[in-house]
Amino acid sequence: MQQAIAASPAVQPRHRRYDVGDAIFALLARSSGAFVLVLLGSLILSLFVGGLPAFRHFGLGFVFSTDWDPVKQIFGAAVSVYGTLITSVLALMLAVPLAFGIAFYLTELAPEWLRRPVGTSIELLAAVPSIIYGMWGFFVIVPIMSQYIQPFVIDRLDGIPVLQDLFAGPPFGTGILTASIILAVMVIPFIAATMRDVFDTVPAVFKESAYGLGCTTWEVMRSIVLPYTRASVVGGIMLGLGRALGETMAVTFVIGNTDRISSSLFGPGNTIASIVALEFPESPAGSLKLSSLLALGFILFVISFIVLAISRILLKPRLKVG
Amino acid sequence: MSATTTTTALPGPAKNPVVSRALGRRRHRLNRLIEALCVIATIIGILLLASILLTLIWRGAGGLSIAVFTQTTRPPGSNGGLLNAIVGTLIQTGIGTLIGTPIGLMVGTYLAEYGRNSPMANAVRFVSDVLLSAPSILIGLFIYQICVEPFGGFSGIAGCLALAVIVIPIVVRTTEDMLRLIAPSLREAAVALGAPKWKVIVLVCYRAAKDGIVTGILLAVARIAGETAPLLFTSLGNLNWSISLARPMASLPVTIYQYAGSAFDDWVQLAWVGALLITVGVLATNILARVALRGRRTS
Repeated sequence: MQQAIAASPAVQPRHRRYDVGDAIFALLARSSGAFVLVLLGSLILSLFVGGLPAFRHFGLGFVFSTDWDPVKQIFGAAVSVYGTLITSVLALMLAVPLAFGIAFYLTELAPEWLRRPVGTSIELLAAVPSIIYGMWGFFVIVPIMSQYIQPFVIDRLDGIPVLQDLFAGPPFGTGILTASIILAVMVIPFIAATMRDVFDTVPAVFKESAYGLGCTTWEVMRSIVLPYTRASVVGGIMLGLGRALGETMAVTFVIGNTDRISSSLFGPGNTIASIVALEFPESPAGSLKLSSLLALGFILFVISFIVLAISRILLKPRLKVG
Repeated sequence: MSATTTTTALPGPAKNPVVSRALGRRRHRLNRLIEALCVIATIIGILLLASILLTLIWRGAGGLSIAVFTQTTRPPGSNGGLLNAIVGTLIQTGIGTLIGTPIGLMVGTYLAEYGRNSPMANAVRFVSDVLLSAPSILIGLFIYQICVEPFGGFSGIAGCLALAVIVIPIVVRTTEDMLRLIAPSLREAAVALGAPKWKVIVLVCYRAAKDGIVTGILLAVARIAGETAPLLFTSLGNLNWSISLARPMASLPVTIYQYAGSAFDDWVQLAWVGALLITVGVLATNILARVALRGRRTS
């Protein structure tokens, strides 16, 4: 419709005196659009240029090295990349079933009058600042983990070959699993809201025909709604993953911060975002350490960019990414 | 995927009535189990929100006093407040919004009115969506690189710029969505009266989309008011009173971060008060934004 107006030849000549205003406004809009491209371009470039000394000094080995020794000036990314990936994946494993349950409830099960308040409460969970999650995690979840859950699990799994190593170590309460739990709480609202919106796009006729055949609610969900929305559901999960990867403050509070890879999920670790936040104050401008942190930032950007791009491609046919 | 192909996967009618009744019972039992699990998942979600809010009230409300709003941050044990942090957050959020909103508005206008589905517009839309979900700590590092290091120091204005970068994609998204919702007949009516395109956009479209655009701005304010990570590398935080944009500036989230991890009880208490204030502010703004939009999105 817009093109038709813009192209309409009858309108243009008679109002030539307004062309100046039009030209200025169009230029302003177009250059703002270009500005966004420049913004992201310079963001990537600044991280890359900042990290260049580290990449040059350590070569490709930077990505795979598990060393992080500020005294000897040896830095590697592997520990924090591992921590970032493991916490995010664990968080998704916890968050996806819960988010699916919430979305299923909100679209198919909840009575009409409950949908709005419950949906809003879940969305408000997404609005809580991440530093609050950090404090809540540190003062509420960590004590629960160290006093009840961790001793119980360590006790129960003692003697079982693989599991006892996976859940070994002193019950400090902090660590990789605790960070994953906090991250899961933070991404649940994002995934649930996306899933709910995606489920709502399924034409009612499809569902009604299945109900007419005598399907139960779950069978309609499994056989009609999920196959219809599969790609977008994965896209919503990737969106949650994108959030979890870059989360800083909440993780920094509870992950325990150590520079080595722990085989136990109760062990401490760090993520790219948490090491940047914690080590930055001790990294003078121009130092190799600061450059290594910027290089880590670059790696984090590349990982999140890939995840977000996939998420967008999967969500695009059905929804605007929100 | 069509409905007809997928329903064939369902259990077909059994010939034996006893078997078919047993099958039906099993299906309904599974259905009830899963429905119950979904209700439990939703209850867990709501309990999490309740737990966070109750923790904040329980730990923070006791420390609320006039001094919190009238005193600046002080060394432990001397009854300081949060005045400089509150003012710092207001200044940085305000200026960040003021810088980011016009840019975001113009980008949204470009996407909805000019670029539409051109390759360039698609690229801008994609990049804006990436910025929307990009880790905020990276935006902090970026502003550090271009604004703090070259100019020799942390400053309030660097914090404002970092927050502005976060504001832009939020405003872009809502502005584009809202402009696209406007009925073509409205534009046609304006054009038929002889209005040039920019007047149509500014005087007709913006007005019609006002609620939605305001919602976007409010959501952006709610988001940046609680941001911590980008401020760590830009405005840094300041334990003294300072409203100079050229020097490090305090903010509530950064002060909470510094205080919550400290070993002093009164600092931890102040951190909880700050956490309560920021959460109430952010959630109230969020609810306000939803109320503003409610009339519009009736679907």
